[in-house]
Amino acid sequence: MITPKDLALKIKEQESLVEGGRWCAGCSFPPIIRTVLAAAGKDVVTTSATGCLEVTSTIYPYSSWGVPFMHNAFANSAATTTGLESAYRYLQKDNVHSELKDKIKGKDIKFVAFGGDGGTYDIGLQSLSGALERGHDFLYVCYDNGAYMNTGNQRSSATPFGAAASTAPSGKAHLAGKEEKRKDLIKIALAHNIKYVAQASAYNLVDLYNKAEKAFSIKGPKLILVYSPCISNWQFEDGDGVEIGKLATETNFWPLYEVEDGKYKLNYKPATPKPVEEFLKRQARFKHLFKDENSKKIIEEIQQTVNQEWQKLQDLVEFTNR
Amino acid sequence: MSKITLALTGAHAVAEAMRQINPGVVALFPITPQTPIVEKYSEYYANGVVDTELVRSESEHSAMSIVMGAQAAGVRAMTATSSQGLAYMWEVVGATAGLRLPIVMPVTNRALGAPINIHCDHADSMYCRDLGWIHLFCETAQEAYENTLLAIRLAEKVSLPVMVLQDGFITSHSVERVDILDDVSAKKFIGEYKPNNPLINTDYPKTVGPIQLQDYYFETQYQGTIAIESVFEEYLKIGKELEKLTGTKYELFEEYKLEDAEVAIIVSSSTSGTTKEVIDRMRNEGKKVGLLNIKLYRPFPYEAIAKALNHFNLNNIAVLDRALSRGAMPPLYTDIKLSVSSLNKIPKIQSYVFGLGGRDIIQKDIEEVFESLLKGKVKENKTEYIGLRK
Repeated sequence: MITPKDLALKIKEQESLVEGGRWCAGCSFPPIIRTVLAAAGKDVVTTSATGCLEVTSTIYPYSSWGVPFMHNAFANSAATTTGLESAYRYLQKDNVHSELKDKIKGKDIKFVAFGGDGGTYDIGLQSLSGALERGHDFLYVCYDNGAYMNTGNQRSSATPFGAAASTAPSGKAHLAGKEEKRKDLIKIALAHNIKYVAQASAYNLVDLYNKAEKAFSIKGPKLILVYSPCISNWQFEDGDGVEIGKLATETNFWPLYEVEDGKYKLNYKPATPKPVEEFLKRQARFKHLFKDENSKKIIEEIQQTVNQEWQKLQDLVEFTNR
Repeated sequence: MSKITLALTGAHAVAEAMRQINPGVVALFPITPQTPIVEKYSEYYANGVVDTELVRSESEHSAMSIVMGAQAAGVRAMTATSSQGLAYMWEVVGATAGLRLPIVMPVTNRALGAPINIHCDHADSMYCRDLGWIHLFCETAQEAYENTLLAIRLAEKVSLPVMVLQDGFITSHSVERVDILDDVSAKKFIGEYKPNNPLINTDYPKTVGPIQLQDYYFETQYQGTIAIESVFEEYLKIGKELEKLTGTKYELFEEYKLEDAEVAIIVSSSTSGTTKEVIDRMRNEGKKVGLLNIKLYRPFPYEAIAKALNHFNLNNIAVLDRALSRGAMPPLYTDIKLSVSSLNKIPKIQSYVFGLGGRDIIQKDIEEVFESLLKGKVKENKTEYIGLRK
């Protein structure tokens, strides 16, 4: 297992996404990208859906990317990667001879598609589903910050119940803000019968590295969903991103787990889970829940859902490992 | 060099060209009347006739995104579509030209919904005419075959994508005699693909598709404009090379019996064939009628058309559009009006719209257009509709 120090050295040596990009100070996705790519090695080709990652890392004539990177559009990170990976498979055929084939001879090139939750759960879901079903050899990484953050915190289907978004604000008639529960992306990915699906978080990069490393050792499509606290729109104190991410996991709001060949495994189990309130109260997107008795009922409902989901997850761990 | 003659539909003629091109990646999604192109190609794939990675995508938006990724990676990549499919991929059709990816896409022209309709008109490609693609209209299956080969060379020469357009059903599903080049000659003409900056070469990492703001976007758009203007010369040059193999002359447009014509029709695609039949018959009756058949539609050869028309002594012209531009004059009419604006003697031009949603246009209709022109019945900037029940 990699140590945090070795991971840091590996990231520094690889320079896959260099410093100086225009993402917010305290943003969670740069360490996510760097950690995943540290596990990929230097022969990797990446794509990203339109979103914070792409717009802050490629402001022409500059690019933060030290590895091949392509942005195409919002909905098609997985489809664009499909094309890149298919071209690679074509070049490996015995019948095919070209200068390009000679240039990449002997390389084991990995393919990674990145997308935010909007580009993954919503507009890019069909493209992702197509690529997973067709069995391309690639890793899809969704950095989930729970809304359309690049355009200023509009509700997505990843926005948690009870969070306020600019298109789902809390008001007198609609107190909760987002009134529906999150879509379960992990279950959707698993419905494609793929070999590896994992949930990770930006606060625990060693765990993320291990998951990415495992994913790259498996042929075929893989998906990792990574929690990515957003300093701009979750609105927590500067420098608290890691702490907030950790609280999401310690409250069982965002469990760290993986599903390999259909078998569920929990990567972290808090000895005594903290109340979900601890996670909610430090973010402005939930502040409307702390007003009065009515709003506190919403917190209770969130806590109930967390408890139920956690129990279901434990049941799945037990059931699939019998 | 040898040729074989086959009885092929327009769709299968294009599939033959694709077999000879043998792209690295083909992404497909079915849509009428394009489907027989990709079905035939799937047969080639199943029988191991091609080396292609064949990707059966889940939508046209993804099909185009896939070939964009593959072409950026550094291999030839193709898809084909029609109508709603072209509309569905519209976002990335524009991005393909923006990224200067030399992708060739056969398109079978079909009406756009609503109301839904599977038959031929040119609305689908006309609504893509400003996206930076090269548009090549084909009259016959033979032309669709040859233009697909030519398009590969042209696209790669100028780093721009090409749509090879044939009329849905009328050409795509009609069996015609098609001369196919032998594989060796065809493959020699196509040549090995030498990509610029292939993304898959991890030794030289690069970024494709960055964001460009107020400081650079305008210049990039301008570069695409310069590139498409170079197409006239390159198209003719590559055409000369292909002519040695096929014997076909590749021109920006075809002049048919215009030399002494008093009136002419300007039209594209399969309706040109019908028009030629009518011209031959009317010529036997001593009527001086001719045709200008538009082949290269984007970039539009304004100057070459002006030069050609200046040379002739046409009194009246009819421009036949198979698409509308609602609230404005139809697209081809507008382009022709602009072309003739610099002439010393400007012919009068009548706009006609015909054949929407596959409404038949027959010889009698064309003859009536010619007769009207001969009688001097021309209302400028007013569209007449052929075969419409008002």
